[in-house]
Amino acid sequence: MSTAVSIEGVSKRFRLYAERNQTLKATVVNRRRVAYEELWALRDVNLEIPVGSTFGLVGENGSGKSTLLKCISRILTPDEGRISVRGDVAALLELGAGFHPELSGRENVYLNGSILGLSGRALDKRFDDIVEFAGLERFIDAPVKNYSSGMYVRLGFSVAINVDPAILLIDEVLAVGDEAFQRRCNEKIAELKASGRTIVVVSHALGVMRDLCDQIAWLENGRLQNVGTAASVVDGYLGQAHVDRVEEKGAGTRWGSGEARIEHIEILDDSGKPTTSARTGQDLVVRLHYNSTRRITQPVFGVAIFALTGAHVTGPNTKDAGFDIPAIEGKGHLDLAFRDLPLLQGTYDLSASLYDSAVLSPYDFRHLAVRFDVEPGAPAELHGGVVSLRGGWSLTPYG
Amino acid sequence: MEPMKEPRDDDLKVLPRGSSVADVIRARELLWNLTLRDLRGRYRRSTLGWAWSLVTPLATILIFTLVFRYVLRIPVPAGDPSGLESFALYLVCGLISWNFIANSVNGSMDVLIGNGNLIKRVYFPRATLVIASVGSATVTLGVELSVLGVVLLVVGSPFLPLLPILVLVIAFQAAFVLGLALALSVANVYFRDLQYVVAILLQLGFYAAPIIYPVSLVPERAVVAGLEIPVATLYHLNPAVRFVEAYRDILYDGRIPPATTFAALVLSAVLALGLGILVFRKLEIRLAEEL
Repeated sequence: MSTAVSIEGVSKRFRLYAERNQTLKATVVNRRRVAYEELWALRDVNLEIPVGSTFGLVGENGSGKSTLLKCISRILTPDEGRISVRGDVAALLELGAGFHPELSGRENVYLNGSILGLSGRALDKRFDDIVEFAGLERFIDAPVKNYSSGMYVRLGFSVAINVDPAILLIDEVLAVGDEAFQRRCNEKIAELKASGRTIVVVSHALGVMRDLCDQIAWLENGRLQNVGTAASVVDGYLGQAHVDRVEEKGAGTRWGSGEARIEHIEILDDSGKPTTSARTGQDLVVRLHYNSTRRITQPVFGVAIFALTGAHVTGPNTKDAGFDIPAIEGKGHLDLAFRDLPLLQGTYDLSASLYDSAVLSPYDFRHLAVRFDVEPGAPAELHGGVVSLRGGWSLTPYG
Repeated sequence: MEPMKEPRDDDLKVLPRGSSVADVIRARELLWNLTLRDLRGRYRRSTLGWAWSLVTPLATILIFTLVFRYVLRIPVPAGDPSGLESFALYLVCGLISWNFIANSVNGSMDVLIGNGNLIKRVYFPRATLVIASVGSATVTLGVELSVLGVVLLVVGSPFLPLLPILVLVIAFQAAFVLGLALALSVANVYFRDLQYVVAILLQLGFYAAPIIYPVSLVPERAVVAGLEIPVATLYHLNPAVRFVEAYRDILYDGRIPPATTFAALVLSAVLALGLGILVFRKLEIRLAEEL
């Protein structure tokens, strides 16, 4: 199999300025330009990414994975080593970068497209697709400063994905827009993957990475720690590196009257420690920390879990369960325990709500507030789906 | 989506350090769009819009005419051979040339820093931003020149046959200005005091070029602290002087600039552009991290 991206001995050094003022005075006083420390963001990284594969980069914040992506996309230039690519490269790093607020959506599509390397003719041909994919037919001639942030990002994604490069670089942009748009993004990426494009993706959503990628490289402090099949690297990474994010912020929204609030949502593992990563078959507790400014009788708490595809996996609440809460006032927490978690490996979003007794008006609704990963456990069902129904196999040979 | 025609690009290519001149030329469509962005954004919120680009130079000519006819009665250098006698026009012919240099340099100081978010997030040949900024200043120059041209034709300047020569002068000046802009824009990212130094130098430059006075007022020699200084020779080392003279020769006097002026224009254009490309290519490597 031929190589799409070859990374040979790449190192990248950043300068950390002690005091970031590039001034005459600093120059005169320090006798050099400015005092700085050096930091190796990448150190002697060697990788071969095969044509047509989907390749993931994982690692903690500051491990160098985004730096590597920026080196491949030519935004940064490595200090040592060399990178070779086969075919054109496009990066989905920051969507809508370079939009001019005073110009219309239409003008910005052409401007942004040409920044990304598309010719005017190619843009003419794809213009309708771009606008349709973003769902902005009615607003395309309005200045983008009047767009909502969701519209902005959708148009940015739509232009970028339509560049249709041989090699696509994606950095943490899989979770943009609303659910419907996210699903279309994921479909589009699956389509690109199926049509033989090489995709290099950076994400913290390990569940997604595991499903999406053929191979994964794990970077730590700028050095390559491990590279191999997605499952093996993710498992190794989780084994090593898991005392991390306590609550990962989801992309969600929040509404409600605010008289009582769900201040904090925790996911606890079977030893009672906060985590963002669970395992199929383990016990899991969702802990809702509430704070009520006045006495509320018969409140109803609810939790909902969504798969990244937008599928609503489950949505228990205290009223349906017959769990009676006479009243709340002040602070406290409520636990929802899942025994032998039936969720399969993947990334999930969690919503939590606090309603009045009739479940009509919310005090606090935190939609898609927390994101967590589920790693494969027991029962192991590694080929798709979101839950294990714990079916039992039995074999009866005739004769 | 149709399956990719495999192989789309046959060979594995090593990514170059920075962008080459060829990269910039290949990005000409982007250049055009960036220039349009500059121009379109400019008058976007105003009612008169682009009409302002005509009104502004007209107003300048009018104000100078009033001031120099009724208040400051400076002896007017008569156009030779055009015979024009208007200090306002004399001044504007030089001013327009100087403004092109000053506006381009000023605009370029901010162009990389102002587009920092773009540079940090997308790769494209970075020089296109500077070229587009100079390009949009050139369009402004063009508009101002056409307004001035109409006024000059009305008052009887015979410059029309010399138009191709003026275009040539503008081309040299654009190359000169682009060289300065390339070097200064990228240097300003690393050394942000530069913009203040440049602002002062531009102010000095305005008086160091024959804009509000004729070259004939510059003394041949001066004695400072016992040293004899060849003032006029030094004065003419300033490329801005040559550009201002060339414009005035063509527009106000209606004559072809002397060969020495042309030699100076070509030399300064080549030197500035060469230096600009050199500096830019050296410093653009770490641009995304320094912004």
